[in-house]
Amino acid sequence: MKPLEDYLIVDFSQFLSGPSASLRLADLGARVIKIEKPGTGDICRTLYTSDLIMNGESSVFHTINRNKESFAIDFKDPLELEKLKKLLAKADVVMHNFRPGVMERVGLSYDALKAINPTVVYASITGFGNHPDLKDLPGQDLLLQSLTALTWLSGNQDDGPVPMGLSIVDMLAGAHLAQGILAALYRKATHNIGAFVQVSMLESAFDFQFETITTYFNDGGELPVRTKNNNAHAYLGAPYGIYKTKNGYLALAMGSIPVLATLLKCEALLAYPENKFTLRDEIKNILATHLQTQETQFWLDILEPADIWCAGVLNYQQLFAEEGFKVLDFTQKVTMLDGYSYETTRCPIKIDGEYFVSTKGSPKLGQDNEKIIKEFIAV
Amino acid sequence: MKPLDGLIVLEFCQFLAGPSAGLKLADLGARVIKIERPVKGEACRQLSIKDLFVDDSSLLFHTINRNKESFAADLKNPDDIILIKKLIAQADIMTHNFRPGVMEKIGLAFKEALAINPKIIYGTITGYGTTGPWAKKPGQDLLLQSLSGLSYLSGRKSQEPVPFGLAVADLMCGNHFVQGILAALLKRAKTGKGVLVEVSLLESVLDVQFEAITSFLNDGGQLPERGDVKGTAHAFLSAPYGVYETQNGYLSLAMGDLLFIGNTLGIDLNDYADKHLWFEKRNEIRQILANKLLTQTADFWIELLQKKGIWCGKVFNYEELDNQPFVNELQLKQTVKNSDGKTLVTTRNPIQLDGNYLTSSKAAPKVGEDNLQIHEQFLKQ
Repeated sequence: MKPLEDYLIVDFSQFLSGPSASLRLADLGARVIKIEKPGTGDICRTLYTSDLIMNGESSVFHTINRNKESFAIDFKDPLELEKLKKLLAKADVVMHNFRPGVMERVGLSYDALKAINPTVVYASITGFGNHPDLKDLPGQDLLLQSLTALTWLSGNQDDGPVPMGLSIVDMLAGAHLAQGILAALYRKATHNIGAFVQVSMLESAFDFQFETITTYFNDGGELPVRTKNNNAHAYLGAPYGIYKTKNGYLALAMGSIPVLATLLKCEALLAYPENKFTLRDEIKNILATHLQTQETQFWLDILEPADIWCAGVLNYQQLFAEEGFKVLDFTQKVTMLDGYSYETTRCPIKIDGEYFVSTKGSPKLGQDNEKIIKEFIAV
Repeated sequence: MKPLDGLIVLEFCQFLAGPSAGLKLADLGARVIKIERPVKGEACRQLSIKDLFVDDSSLLFHTINRNKESFAADLKNPDDIILIKKLIAQADIMTHNFRPGVMEKIGLAFKEALAINPKIIYGTITGYGTTGPWAKKPGQDLLLQSLSGLSYLSGRKSQEPVPFGLAVADLMCGNHFVQGILAALLKRAKTGKGVLVEVSLLESVLDVQFEAITSFLNDGGQLPERGDVKGTAHAFLSAPYGVYETQNGYLSLAMGDLLFIGNTLGIDLNDYADKHLWFEKRNEIRQILANKLLTQTADFWIELLQKKGIWCGKVFNYEELDNQPFVNELQLKQTVKNSDGKTLVTTRNPIQLDGNYLTSSKAAPKVGEDNLQIHEQFLKQ
C-alpha cells in the first residue's frame, strides 16, 4: 500500500520547483492532476535543454511530470473557473508556483479555496515570498544561486563565481514544499484541519547553506575562501578534493597527512605532520603532483584497505557499468498514453521494502479532461 | 499548532544527513531526543569548521542540532539498552545511520523495535543501500558526488571534475528522509502499524540529477558536456545562461531571447539567429557577451536589462547578502540560546505554515542534558 493512496492533489505549478514536489507525492501514491493552460500547457513542455525533444516535448518535462494527469482548462474564464472549483472542492492539496498575487487575482486565494474546501492544504512556492521589493523578480534558479552567494563555494579560488551545474534551488524548494505538504496532511489526518504552506526559493537556498551561513554569522564575517586548486569545500582542509591521476581522477575526503604520506610513498608530504589549515594549498599541490604518477586503481588499491575515505570519479557511463549502481535498480521505463516509452529514474525513498515505481509516463496536454469532467464536474 | 506536536523522535543518527532530518522534524513540532554515548556524545560535537566552538560542542554541531534534547546512554551496556527499549516503547519514530549490521548486533533492528512498539516508524540512512559491492563503502559526501557523476556538471569542460562546494548528497538525503518519515506517519495513521523507511545517499544524489540522467538515458548515452567559458552554469543550457564579470563584480544571465539580449546590450548577434546555435556555439557567444559586460558596472547592466524584462541578477557574497534589508525583513536569521544562556545566530526552517515561520529559540543540548527529565517522564515505572 502506498502511503498517499486516496489523496488528490491539484497542481497549478510549472517548470521544476512545484512539479518536482508533486512528482514525489505522486510516487508516494497520490493522484496528481496538473492544471494547464489550453494550447500551450506547462511552459516546461517547450523548454528544451540540450535540444533533446522526446515525443514532441522537452525531455525535462517528461522527467518531472511522469505519473500525473493533465487537465487543460482556461481558469481565467469565469465559467471555466466555476467548473474547476468543483474539482478543487474535492482536492486534499492545491498547489501552485505563480508569483504572489496571480492566484488571488483569479479568485483562487487560500481564503477563497477554504470557503469551498475547509480542510484543503494550500501550498505555494515563490522566489522570494511576499517581500514587496522582491516579489516581482523572477524566481529563477541561477539568479537565486547568485543572490544567495552559493556561487562562491564551488570551483577554485581564481575561477570567479561557479554555479552548481543543475537547478539545485528549484529542487530544494520542491523538496521543502513536499515536506510542508506531507506534514500538513498528517495534521489534517489527525485533526481534520487544513493548512497554508509556503516555501520560497530564497529560504530554501539559505537552508541549504545553513552550515556555512551560520559560520559566517559567527566567525566575525569572514568570507569563504576556496583553495587554489582541487577545491571541494571552502571550509575544509587538505586533502579534501578531487585529484587527477594518470588515467582519470581520484576523490580524497579526510585523512591524516603523515598516514597518507606513508601510504602513497610521498616524501614531500612528511613536512606537514600537523596538517595546518593554512597550509592546505601547499599540501594539495604536493598531492596533486604526486597522484598523477599512477592510475586511479593503483591508488585505490592502497588507500581502501587502509580505510582512507576515497573513491574513483565516475561519469554516467562508468557509473551505469558498476555493480554498486546496478543493484539499486534505480531506472524505470514509463509509457505514455500514446504508447511512447522512455527511461527515467525512480523515487529515492523505500518504505516497508517497497520501491515506489510506476509505469505511467507524462501526460499529453489535456489528455485526462474527459475523465476528470465526468468524475468531478459533470456530476 | 505545529503539525508534529506530540510526536517523539529518538535520533541515533550522527553527523549531517540524519541529524539534518531530525532538525526539520523538530522545527515541524516533534520532540527530538538525540541518543548519544555518555560524555563524548555524538561525533559531530568535536567536528568543527575553523575551530569554532559554542560550548563543549562545535558551531557545526550546534547548527545541525538546535531544538533537540539529549539522552546519554551506552548502547554497549545492557542496563542502558533496557532504558532505550523503554523509550522506544513510548516513541513514534526512531532514526539511525549506522552501517548495515550495527543495530542488529545490539538488538535494536527494525524487527526488534517493532516487537517493543508495534507502531514504531523506523528510519535508516545508508551510503549505498544494504546490498551490493558498495554497501560497506564509507558514506561520505564527496565520495558520493564523485561516484554518482555529479562532479561532471559544474565548472568548465577543460577543468577537472568540480564537486559542489557543500555536502549536497547528505543534505538532499536528509530532505528525502523527512519526506519518507512524514509519508510513513500518514501510512501509520491509516494502518495503525509500524513502518520501515529507508533512504541512501547514493539514491538521493542520483535523484538530484534526474533530469541529466533521463537525458543520458534517452539521447543515446551522450555524456553531459560543460561549457568552457568562465562562469559556465549548466551543461544542458544554451547561451547566455551563466555568470559574467563586470567592471565591478559579477552578474548572472538566465535563459532568454539571445538576439533581444544582444540588442539591449548593444551587441550584434545576428550571426547566431538560428536558435540551435545558441547551444552549439554557446562558448563563442558567451565570450562575446563576457567581453561586452566587462566594460560597465553590474548595476549599470542590471538596470538596463531588468527594464526590458530580461532575467538577470547580481552575484553577492555573504557580506553583500547579509547587508540586504530583506534578510531581516524576512526573518531569515534566528537567535537560539543554550541552557547556560549562551546565544548564537543561525538560519531558520524554510517552511512557513499558516503564515508563521517555524522558529524556536532552543539551542542544541549538552550531552545528556535531558536525562533526568526523560527519566522522570518515561523511565520511572
